[in-house]
Amino acid sequence: MNDDRPLTGQIRRHGPPPTLSEYEDCGGYAPVRTMLSHMTPEDVQQEVMNSNLRGRGGAGFPTGQKWSFVPMGADAPRPKYLVVNADEMEPGSFKDRLLLEGHPHRLIEGIIIAAYAIQAECAYVFVRWAYHPSVIALGRAIREARETGLLGHNLLGSGFSLTVHVHTSAGRYICGEETALLNALEGHPVIPRSKPPYPQVCGLWGKPTIVQNVETVCNLPHILAHGAKWFRNLGKGKDAGTKLYAVSGRVKQPGVWELPIGTSMREILEHHAGGMQEGYAFRAMQPGGGSTGFLTEDHLDLAMDFDSLSSVGSRLGTGTAIVLDDRTCPVGFVRNLEHFFAQESCGWCTPCRDGLPWVERLLADIDNGNGRPQDVEILERHVTLLGPGRTYCAHAPGAMEPLKSALRYFRSDFDRHIHDQRCPWKSQGTEA
Amino acid sequence: MSRDEKIRSMLTEEEKGMIDEELSHYPTTRAGGIEALKIVQRRRGWISDDLLLAVAHHVGMAPAELDRSATFYNLIFRRPIGRHVVLVCDSVSCWLMGADRLRDRLRHRLGVGAGETTADGRFTVLPNVCLGACDRAPAVMIDETLHGPLTEDELDRLLDSQMP
Repeated sequence: MNDDRPLTGQIRRHGPPPTLSEYEDCGGYAPVRTMLSHMTPEDVQQEVMNSNLRGRGGAGFPTGQKWSFVPMGADAPRPKYLVVNADEMEPGSFKDRLLLEGHPHRLIEGIIIAAYAIQAECAYVFVRWAYHPSVIALGRAIREARETGLLGHNLLGSGFSLTVHVHTSAGRYICGEETALLNALEGHPVIPRSKPPYPQVCGLWGKPTIVQNVETVCNLPHILAHGAKWFRNLGKGKDAGTKLYAVSGRVKQPGVWELPIGTSMREILEHHAGGMQEGYAFRAMQPGGGSTGFLTEDHLDLAMDFDSLSSVGSRLGTGTAIVLDDRTCPVGFVRNLEHFFAQESCGWCTPCRDGLPWVERLLADIDNGNGRPQDVEILERHVTLLGPGRTYCAHAPGAMEPLKSALRYFRSDFDRHIHDQRCPWKSQGTEA
Repeated sequence: MSRDEKIRSMLTEEEKGMIDEELSHYPTTRAGGIEALKIVQRRRGWISDDLLLAVAHHVGMAPAELDRSATFYNLIFRRPIGRHVVLVCDSVSCWLMGADRLRDRLRHRLGVGAGETTADGRFTVLPNVCLGACDRAPAVMIDETLHGPLTEDELDRLLDSQMP
């Protein structure tokens, strides 16, 4: 195993994913074999709790703690479910695709570990429609695992049984929201559920359910193989493990890299993404996908971890950064984002359904040279009215994070659009 | 044959078999509704009203409920589409890498805008949210294959290479 890149060290960037026997030759499924014969579910939960693994889907909730809410023991409701969220649709995010296409067996091994820890007998991998190669790779790996007795009835004679199904979706960003995803899987209208009850207690078909991001699950095999302490030491700062970081935009080498969690944005941007393309200068970045607040040059030396980015009003999110360059209009950038969020609102609650299109329209007016002086204030008001606590789920608050930070860092650009009645980035006489 | 009989006989045995296999993955049939629509769409291109009724009947869902799902998901097509579907990513990473130029080229070259199908029935052009290929921006997906990064000329050649 490639010790400093446990998630991706076995992935061939331009070749097929490791087969089951290739994976086993590199130590794959050994942690599961050990677990099934020597560890109780409580042991696994404790090890993951000790590892300080935090969810990689965006919220950063400690995985061991999430599991601890699941009812255990003989009286626990049955069946219990594990759901892997592979509905990667946040603009700018393309990290889980690498794991799904590149190493499905690692995901399956992680699924067995997570399912065993909460004693779930059924797992669904919820994959977005567009990831066709992922679905094919996963299907093949599941078949291989089943034929070897690693999935199905009575795994390796342990008495523990697990079935894994792949569910492919048919679009719509809201399906990635934890509870909306459960409604989507059940075939109900895809809207978020009210919490509590939380899925850990009352999830899929009313049964205890854990929903976990792909990258989170893929971390479990090496936590069991090398131990919680080893995993904690992989990180650079307070957080544990490695993280998939990505950069897109006008950089020389857009891509995704596995690095110690807590690596600085500057190192990722300059060393791994190769810096800005010739003729473009860095202006700002969204550190973790389309729903994270902008950060500027001043923040580049911050560690890309959960707490460091929260402390400056942004979020690690998915860890996939989008770079805004000096030749791209920040108002147009935010307009594009808010178009996405307005379009993808499920329409269940009013602030989101009605507020986001209004925000999009105001931004379009400003971008097209029709902005009014009061528009910025109306946008500011939306940041509050669509913020945390006002809506059923995190969709609208997530949409407000880039807007809020844009109004802070690019205020003069908004004012200039409104004052000049045109976008300074568009040549005279052209319209968007 | 009555309309009811006609609708019942619309799905092929192969389609019914595949749908039943999917339904067996879930404790309730409605959970397999979308999967059933996708199985049928993959073979027939789009879901007509009659096909919707046929699937609803086979799955055991009220047609209105199934249609609510069908019209919610942007990749279930309830109107006729071309032989190839061109999904143009319109999210932020592709936008800032020049997705508008690809969209303009498609409009110029095919004479259709977003949501439209060429007169010869060959291509339907649809905007799509982030395809998860931001390192390959600007990206498009034609049918089930991802392409990117693309210049306008590369897009032209790609369209030429699609079977009729």
